[in-house]
Amino acid sequence: MAEGKENKTATEELSFEQAMDRLEAIVARLESGEVPLEAAIELFQEGMQLSRMCGQKLEQVERRIEMLVEGESGLGRKPFAPEREDIG
Amino acid sequence: MDPSKVLSIRDINRYIKSKLESDDSLQDIWLRGEISNFTRHSSGHMYFTLKDESGRLKCIMFASYNQRLSFLPKDGMKVLARGGVSVYERDGAYQFYVTAMQPDGLGSLYLAFEQLKRKLEAEGLFAAALKRPIPRFPRAIGVITSPTGAAIRDILITLQRRHPSVPVLLYPAAVQGKQAAPSIVRAIETMNRLGEVDVLIVGRGGGSLEELWAFNEESVARAIRASAIPVISAVGHETDFTIADFVADLRAATPTAAAELAVPHVGELKQHLNHLEQRMGKSLRWLVGKARERLQHANRSPYFTQPRRTLLAQAERLDRLKERLVFRTQAQHGRAQERLARLTGRLQASSPTEQAAFARKRLTGMRRSLELAMAGTLRNAQSQYAAMLRQLDALSPLKVMGRGYSLVYDEREQKLIRSIEEVQPGDLVRVRLVDGRLDCQVWGIRGEEQTNG
Repeated sequence: MAEGKENKTATEELSFEQAMDRLEAIVARLESGEVPLEAAIELFQEGMQLSRMCGQKLEQVERRIEMLVEGESGLGRKPFAPEREDIG
Repeated sequence: MDPSKVLSIRDINRYIKSKLESDDSLQDIWLRGEISNFTRHSSGHMYFTLKDESGRLKCIMFASYNQRLSFLPKDGMKVLARGGVSVYERDGAYQFYVTAMQPDGLGSLYLAFEQLKRKLEAEGLFAAALKRPIPRFPRAIGVITSPTGAAIRDILITLQRRHPSVPVLLYPAAVQGKQAAPSIVRAIETMNRLGEVDVLIVGRGGGSLEELWAFNEESVARAIRASAIPVISAVGHETDFTIADFVADLRAATPTAAAELAVPHVGELKQHLNHLEQRMGKSLRWLVGKARERLQHANRSPYFTQPRRTLLAQAERLDRLKERLVFRTQAQHGRAQERLARLTGRLQASSPTEQAAFARKRLTGMRRSLELAMAGTLRNAQSQYAAMLRQLDALSPLKVMGRGYSLVYDEREQKLIRSIEEVQPGDLVRVRLVDGRLDCQVWGIRGEEQTNG
């Protein structure tokens, strides 16, 4: 189904916050109990997709920590790891 | 010894207390010294000793006063304390009751701090309405602090623990010394220009007032307020308050707290997601259940369970209606016929034949009456005539003449002669008798003599 594919792409482009907002809105609508069944099933599927997507984003463990470096050629960046022993 | 001269301990302590408190040179004075034996009682009151090279003095600072302290007193700290000397009666000990205190040697910095704070507050830079919300789920976090300090380490450790996947962009800034303020300002401006992060943590670990001073600079305060990215301030310890804290969108007590405020805990988020999934499932199950119930209800409808009965009911209804239709039509037909008969009767009643017969009858009757009336009238007239005739006959001159009278006329029998004056001698006259006429000539005339009767 073409429509479904489009839907999926749209879902993947959402930021985590947008996805959470949408997911919470879906839950609220479902809980209102005033949704026709077919729409409810679609909402449920979309909600589960959003939830899975958010869950996957949370699973990413490798953090990107970069430090900005002002060099002669302008602003650069390099990976950063804090030193273990230093003073505050 | 005169017993009346013996005083109680309480009396003498109270007397000494009143003496000390009434002495202006012991009240509202400033003392300089170093804190030692510092304890903070659970009641909130602070007990310590102030000492210098020459001596020591017991001090107390009540909770109501020490709440306003902008620093946490520590043993060894040199301070300026304001207060008055009085006596603790129970112990017979005099002590210094502190009402205000500031670190010694920093008087001018405190003054500058208070002045700037008042100025920016008056400008409205601390207004709650200006505080922007910290995003719930920042895509990236900017940190402005020293790359070698305790703050960045605390922040990264906390972020790792709470939400390992959010990228961090560090701007290495000087956080103390003369270069600190311009460096922090440039960092805030650069972060805003890059626009990669959703929230900024600006701060450093704890230190003395001088060490934290950059965060009390006006340029830093204005840069924080001007930042389009929401700023969490994280300067020093819980008790260190800086201008940056007042002006930031959110003040964190420590860098660790700032990291906690910047990102949600990933475990809590997962739990939240789980919970949302459960709620969705529950809602959907309920909706499906409701729909199923409706379907079952519809299936139980007699239209589906006994369609024949439904049809029969309709057929019966049709029959009934047909019956009623026939009955009503007939009744209407009967009524119409009745009306026709009535109208025919009335029409016949008013037919001209009848009228003609009646008129003829009436005519005959009237003719008969007329004839009768006519005959009567005739008879009456006849009898009247007969009577009058008899009466006339009785009055007839002829009858008079029968008795011997006669009438004299002129010769043409046209004029009755009643007097002698109407004739001349020689005139011809006709005398009428009862049985005929005499033609005579007048010979003489003699008038009747008048007699006396």
